[in-house]
Amino acid sequence: MSQTELEFDEFVDITDVVCPITFVKAKVAIDELDAGQVLAIRMNDGEPVQNVPRSFKDEGHKIIKLTDGEDGTYTLYVKKGEEA
Amino acid sequence: MADEINYAELKKGGYMKQKQKGYGSLRLKVVGGNLTAENIKTVSEVAEKYGQGYVHMTSRQGIEIPFIKVEQLAEVKEALIKGGVEAGVCGPRVRTVTACQGSEICPSGCIDTYTLAKELDERYFGRELPHKFKFGVTGCQNNCLKAEENDVGIKGGMDIEYREDLCFSCGVCIKACRSGALSLADGKVVLDPAKCNNCARCVKSCPADAWTGTPGYIVSFGGTFGNFVYKGEEIVPLIKDKETLFRVTDAAIEYFEENAKPGERFRKTLERLGTEGLTEKVNAAYKG
Repeated sequence: MSQTELEFDEFVDITDVVCPITFVKAKVAIDELDAGQVLAIRMNDGEPVQNVPRSFKDEGHKIIKLTDGEDGTYTLYVKKGEEA
Repeated sequence: MADEINYAELKKGGYMKQKQKGYGSLRLKVVGGNLTAENIKTVSEVAEKYGQGYVHMTSRQGIEIPFIKVEQLAEVKEALIKGGVEAGVCGPRVRTVTACQGSEICPSGCIDTYTLAKELDERYFGRELPHKFKFGVTGCQNNCLKAEENDVGIKGGMDIEYREDLCFSCGVCIKACRSGALSLADGKVVLDPAKCNNCARCVKSCPADAWTGTPGYIVSFGGTFGNFVYKGEEIVPLIKDKETLFRVTDAAIEYFEENAKPGERFRKTLERLGTEGLTEKVNAAYKG
């Protein structure tokens, strides 16, 4: 998990909300994008980072990378899927 | 006339005497926690006509209809049968097989719990034994159906495999794993098999299908959660086919039948005799 900055089209911070609003907030953000665009989502360690990536996969999006912010947060980069 | 009522016999058919004289609560058979809309309608009608217009949900996914008059029991059972609902059982025999929704419905499920619950029900339900005997089936390590509190608990899991060539080191599985079995070394994921609990969260979360899993059954023996509480224990590794699973469950139930004293729960038998005998029999069944 390198700290290389990845390119993204939109950014959303879900560290200020708790489950299940975490995924709701992230889902609303990706709904705004076009297929192929990338959303960066900053989330807390623990349940969000254990579950949010999988929820995006289940919704048909493509996960690119998960980076450790080393401040108790992680940033997930997700490419919006075609049918999602 | 009341003197002639054989309550032990009625109990066998799911009917339990109430405090209120002449009344009993009738337990229904619910397999794997599922009932059709028609079943529920029938239960509702019976509860209104013969009971007091309500039902009680049991801790093991069952339904009981209280305030059934003992002299109307036969009529009640007939009315239930017409709507596809059968009475359950109480007493020293194999009880309702419980199940979560499993892999057919739940995204976390590793095994088809409902099909398995029906198969276990057909194989064992109502079988006469020295004491009550409970089966519970849960689809994954989240353990919604609390497998280990049953005499035989079955939990879904996966035997996992890593395809390094497909992995693009996104790091998702390392965080998805709750047992700390995964780490990143030289850009690739490393598994510590000793820590893996077969939960398959890596398989479920991997965006590249670099993790694949073969579903299997994690079986625990001798659990109980009543007057006395004990968490069932595993004896054999993850079982990957149903034939082996049924050989193993047959072995456990046979061991109990052959060795328990009347009125002695599985765990108590294991405490009295030690677990060596069961371990030997279950291992032999596992190997076929």
